[in-house]
Amino acid sequence: MSPVPPANTEATSPEERSVAALRRKEALSRFALAGTLVFLCALFALTTHNHVFMKSTNLINVASQSAINTIIAVGMTFVIVTGGIDLSVGSIVGLAAVFSTGVMVGGLGFTIGQYRVDLLPQLPGVGGVLIGLGAGLTVGALAGLFNAMSIVRFRVTPFIATLAMMLIARGAGHLYSVEPIRGVPPAFIWIGQGRWLGIPIPVYLALTVVVIGWAVLSKTPFGRRVYAVGGNEEAARLSGIPVGRTKLLVYVASGLCAATAGTVLAAQLQAGDPKLGNAYELDAIAAAVLGGTSLMGGRGTILGTVLGALIIGVLDNGLTMLHVSSFAQMVIKGLVILGAVILDQARQRP
Amino acid sequence: MAPATESPAALLEMRGIEKSYPGVRALDGVDLTVREGEVAALVGENGAGKSTLIKILAGAQHMDRGEIRLGGAPVRVDSPSDAMELGIRVIYQEFNLVPQLTVMENIFLGREPTKAGLVDFRRMEAECAGLLDRVGAEARPRDLVGRLSVAQQQLVEIAKALSQDARILVLDEPSATLTERELDRLFGLIRDLRDHGVGMIYISHRLEEIFEIADTVTVLRDGAHVITAPTSSLTREDIIRHMVGRELKDHIPSTTAHTAGEALRVEGLTRRGHFHDVNFVVREGEIVALAGLVGSGRTEVARAIFGADPVDAGRILVSGQEARIASPRDSISHGIGLATEDRKSQGLVLGLGVSANVTLADLRAISRRGLLSRTLESRAADEYIDQLKIRTPSRAQLVRLLSGGNQQKVVLAKWLFTDSKVLILDEPTRGIDVGTKTEIYSLMNDLCDRGKAILMISSELPEILGVAHRIYVMREGALVGELAREDATQERIMDLATGGSNG
Repeated sequence: MSPVPPANTEATSPEERSVAALRRKEALSRFALAGTLVFLCALFALTTHNHVFMKSTNLINVASQSAINTIIAVGMTFVIVTGGIDLSVGSIVGLAAVFSTGVMVGGLGFTIGQYRVDLLPQLPGVGGVLIGLGAGLTVGALAGLFNAMSIVRFRVTPFIATLAMMLIARGAGHLYSVEPIRGVPPAFIWIGQGRWLGIPIPVYLALTVVVIGWAVLSKTPFGRRVYAVGGNEEAARLSGIPVGRTKLLVYVASGLCAATAGTVLAAQLQAGDPKLGNAYELDAIAAAVLGGTSLMGGRGTILGTVLGALIIGVLDNGLTMLHVSSFAQMVIKGLVILGAVILDQARQRP
Repeated sequence: MAPATESPAALLEMRGIEKSYPGVRALDGVDLTVREGEVAALVGENGAGKSTLIKILAGAQHMDRGEIRLGGAPVRVDSPSDAMELGIRVIYQEFNLVPQLTVMENIFLGREPTKAGLVDFRRMEAECAGLLDRVGAEARPRDLVGRLSVAQQQLVEIAKALSQDARILVLDEPSATLTERELDRLFGLIRDLRDHGVGMIYISHRLEEIFEIADTVTVLRDGAHVITAPTSSLTREDIIRHMVGRELKDHIPSTTAHTAGEALRVEGLTRRGHFHDVNFVVREGEIVALAGLVGSGRTEVARAIFGADPVDAGRILVSGQEARIASPRDSISHGIGLATEDRKSQGLVLGLGVSANVTLADLRAISRRGLLSRTLESRAADEYIDQLKIRTPSRAQLVRLLSGGNQQKVVLAKWLFTDSKVLILDEPTRGIDVGTKTEIYSLMNDLCDRGKAILMISSELPEILGVAHRIYVMREGALVGELAREDATQERIMDLATGGSNG
């Protein structure tokens, strides 16, 4: 690892030695995360019948199943790094799913008396799909904006503000349509079920979201502000960082990610069901936390979150293949998350 | 050194108390004696060791060496509950009351009188009423503590202490938030307790109070015991001299002002409840100190100029132009930087690296086409690591892992990186070792040579006298005096700050 540069340093002080130790721990934990993933894959490869876990069809399956959670977890990582939490993402998934498909199938409008007012037209083909997607993403962004206003403007704690949105968005989705919306255009279904070079489209979408999220969080001034706000909000404010605007943007981003996931999920299932996304916030939070994102804020990476989401995806898939009951799966997942966090906290101690 | 304490009535004796924190000798052989029915005043500058001594007595801190005797017998005070059992009660500035509970619930918290396993509220109320009566409080047993005035809460604290049979009562800055009338009543109560044989330790910055209430005065300075004497044998000037009695430390570099234009002007700045009608000027190439006791409003003025807190009235002019400052963002854009008193909680993002902290206040300067440039960031960080001699193994080092002095250098580097014209430094050398202090002083001089205006807040008088070209003194939210460096002495500053002859 990096040695101590000659300038400005005399002997190796205890302080410096502890620094080297911390670096080693840091590298180790990153390695441990990837190692856990490899270990789980190997375990399932050995234990599943005919090593079916490692078959490429199944690996593609894992990637596809992890895509939705990964997309949500990227947005969640931004929120958690600022020291917040977003409990509303699961509900936004359902709302975006039902709203985007609804607009696709029937446009958007209302009737006053005998007059029909069309806000968004129902178009055939790709045009209609794009309008539907736009509507779904917009509603997700608006839900995120609403969260941000409660948190920034009215100083509601993120837990409560997004808990309220969890109810609001879920209720709104069902108000819009109690029944799943079917008969979606084939162009839309392609988003969820299509393949390119043998790999499902949702995997490409997740990859795109991950690359954008990674670039924004680690390469832009905005990303730096996100870390600063979560690391020390007061110091950030006193350094001239627009704390309110930064928070606003992360909640909008989280809403957008959740809405993206919602439309992809609806496309996979060929229907916009308002019940979709139930409890998805928990998997997204788990992915971020497994990946080393601190709920105290200020710490976390997109790469870590992706590894976290993959670990969850592999666990889900592998345990199902081993015919472990879904209840036992929940117990195992819970224990894995707990163990990961305990290890991570041990690493944080100086 | 200490006066004879063979008197059988010596209630509390603290002998040769020593306490060190990493890098700091907080107490170095301090003695304190309190007799029955005596009020012993404990005075000293900020950081002289008063709080540490009291914390040891209260069992909140452990001494490294020394002895505590109560009524002649050596005792161990290893925990707050030990202290309580021994009848030692401390009333801190921050009360230990639960605002959501009633007065009687607070007083009997954890030892409620019971009847058949249930709380006996009737008895509790009766006993409480008696206690409140004794301390002369207007509060009633069933009042919510959170709704009481500070003075009444203080009396509740004292009543609580009495209910626990306090033999030694420590009052830490009890007057800080009291009005004149409330203070008179407190003194009445103190005299009454004294007549009943309670020994009291009275800590205050206000010397006039000490002359009014204290029987003896013990002065601490830099963790050492300076003198203990009957109050009647001392004058106000004596006490100030003992408090500040350090020689000017020769490691403080001194410099001449290169004053040119006006960098910062403050007119009629007021924040209700904190400071009022503050007017002053800082010129380019000048170091101006804002002196005063803790709580005199110095930090609040600094924060207001920086836009960290709102103001109710007043104007701020930067380089002669009125600056509209509503947030730190505004003041930074006007070229003002603030290094806060508490750098860990307000100045730094401890979980980020040195380079990220140095560049935090001007991310645009290290961005190209909307992306952070590692090259520009590293260049900036290396420049300041080199210029300020920040001792760090690398520029990526987490700031959390640096020493206090190096953390402070990172804060300064942050404001140099934004090219601030006006630097406000609140206690720039607090908690910093002597070597690094000197480096920070020379750095301030360098900056001054380069035409920066520096407004420094400091509680260390030698530092003020050694570094500042001009000194403003604040007391109770007002500017009460201005001293040129040539005319300033520690005694004159203290005199103004404590409301002496000129007040």
